[in-house]
Amino acid sequence: MLLLIQYTLIFSSVLVLVALGGCISEHSGVINLGLEGIMVIGALGGALMMRYLGTSNAFIMVLLVMLAAIVFGMLYSSLLGVACINFKADQTLVGTALNLLGTAAATVFVKAINTAANPDDHSSEIEYVRARKMFIVNINGFEFNWFMLVAVIAVIVVAVMLYKTKFGLRLMACGEHPQAADSVGINVYKMRWAGVLISGALGGLGGICYILAGVSLWKFENGVAGFGFLALAVMIFGQWKPYRIALAALLFGLFRALSNTYVGFPALAALNLPGNVYNMMPYIVSLIVLAFTSKTSRAPKAEGIPYDKGSR
Amino acid sequence: MKKVLKNPGVQAFVASIICIILGLLIGYIVLLFINPEGAAESIINVIKNFLTWNRANKKLQQFGNTLAKTMPLLMCSLSILFAYKVGLFNIGAAGQYVAGSCACLYAALAWGWGWLPCMIFALAAGAVLGAIVGFLKSRCNVNEVISGIMLNWISLYLANTILTKVKETASPYTMYIKDVNPSALLPNAGLDKFFNNNQYITIAVPLALIIAIAVYILLSKTKLGYELKATGSNKNAAKYAGMAENRNIILTLIISGALAGLGASMLYLTGYMRWECTQSSVPGMGFNGIAAAFLGGLNPIGAIFSSFFIQHITDGGQYVNTNFYSSQISDLISSVIIYLCGFVLFIKLTMNKMIARSEEKKARAIKSAASQGGDK
Repeated sequence: MLLLIQYTLIFSSVLVLVALGGCISEHSGVINLGLEGIMVIGALGGALMMRYLGTSNAFIMVLLVMLAAIVFGMLYSSLLGVACINFKADQTLVGTALNLLGTAAATVFVKAINTAANPDDHSSEIEYVRARKMFIVNINGFEFNWFMLVAVIAVIVVAVMLYKTKFGLRLMACGEHPQAADSVGINVYKMRWAGVLISGALGGLGGICYILAGVSLWKFENGVAGFGFLALAVMIFGQWKPYRIALAALLFGLFRALSNTYVGFPALAALNLPGNVYNMMPYIVSLIVLAFTSKTSRAPKAEGIPYDKGSR
Repeated sequence: MKKVLKNPGVQAFVASIICIILGLLIGYIVLLFINPEGAAESIINVIKNFLTWNRANKKLQQFGNTLAKTMPLLMCSLSILFAYKVGLFNIGAAGQYVAGSCACLYAALAWGWGWLPCMIFALAAGAVLGAIVGFLKSRCNVNEVISGIMLNWISLYLANTILTKVKETASPYTMYIKDVNPSALLPNAGLDKFFNNNQYITIAVPLALIIAIAVYILLSKTKLGYELKATGSNKNAAKYAGMAENRNIILTLIISGALAGLGASMLYLTGYMRWECTQSSVPGMGFNGIAAAFLGGLNPIGAIFSSFFIQHITDGGQYVNTNFYSSQISDLISSVIIYLCGFVLFIKLTMNKMIARSEEKKARAIKSAASQGGDK
């Protein structure tokens, strides 16, 4: 049971971070479908830091790994910004390209450094057993991960930022009615860039959190198994509102955690279902949830439409 | 020259070529970055693919392999471009492809069906998956990209579970069709003779080409195609003009899914590949289809050539120098090409601007020449 709670919390943390990223980007008017790729690149940044940073100080390790993930995520998301904000490219197409590129680039890169280190090693894996321990505090068998705290802080900060600060309100105006925002002197392009970069930072954090969640070895060929899209489903279920996103993430996190822990429940194990059923569960749940909640969706009105100063 | 450049078809072609060149260039730079020595040779091998072989027979044989894999890719890209013309981004093509693979393999191996019913079963499986996405989109307003991705993963795990029943006991792969039920293999119809007896060249090749032409005709010459495109460009206007916009959305995704599902049978029923029942990622065919669709300028005929090109460099990936590089470099190149396709609109706009500017200049020059002539 403790294990189920632990996995639920850590997977919810991943979903919260990434979904908040998507939420901020969409509030600024840009649909960020590239979150999946951003997660991979963020995870790559963090994993490289863990591999090459030889410190035994847990605080420095946690801080620098998070920072690396954030920087990688932001840099990568700027590819989305350039194409969709400055060149008015199709946001769905570019987002999809970023997802494919993220996994391909990470695989090529990790394989190259593995092969350079050892000519017989053609794997795309990075191992971080020692570093992972620094992220975890063991409380009576419950593995507390610092990312759980980061996720809680992120929810509060994003909620305050969106509803209580000048910046947040202006950002949301750009996603609802960019022409109106522009007419009162808000620079729509700048605001959208800010939205995309923040979503890149949160997506990168979510990525490193995901690969640290249950394992201490990551194979980059696998990407992040649709988690970026699950986060988008969480965002829609949460109606683009930070607190509701947090609740939605807990629900989705629970179903994801079941696939890691169902063996430990006699009642579930007795059903003798194939493991694949539990693997499918989060995706099936999200489809059902989306079917019931999308009709009354409160999506930002101008999302997905490139802003053109000249158009009315 | 300018007249030629004004033609939208030519513009699309030029834009695609620019994307390809830039994509290959970026791939080359990445290789240089990893290891400067051997980068040039490796990128040339990626471009040459089967031409790296010396013997003519072997070349022909490998050409046949690439061609056999081009057909499912072409079907996936048709699936995506068909939906895109109706304003829907069918990223679920990857899952519809998985459903098609699962259906045709299971029917062939467990039930012993012939190739034609297997193919139709694969088509139906893809269509059902497409219908789910279409239904969710039109009735429940669910974004088709997200529901498509969810169904991709669901169908992957489902296919793994179902196909485990027909897998070899010693390996994670499904049994060979040629051992269990040779009647399910697509007939060669003598086409293999042209490719040094490559058994993977089957009737799938002409069939896929015919379907590409059929999609072209359906989209540009028929009433249904017009209605679908109208629904895509403005759902409300289409509704106002008396078109059943919800029905059109569902119908589009059914056709789109059927294309992807059928595409899967064109690969698995040749026996070229077997399904790995423990695979943990969705096959890339559907995603490469996105690259092919956009690189082909969203034109079914263009898709034939772009699909071949994408498959060509994907296969070419195995000829890189594996002492330094990995074959995924071709995935990287094709994803960069998809990214660059986002800029196609901008490239076309710039081209038009340049033409307009030079025409203006010319007109001014003629005018001033004429007025000078008047002074004399």
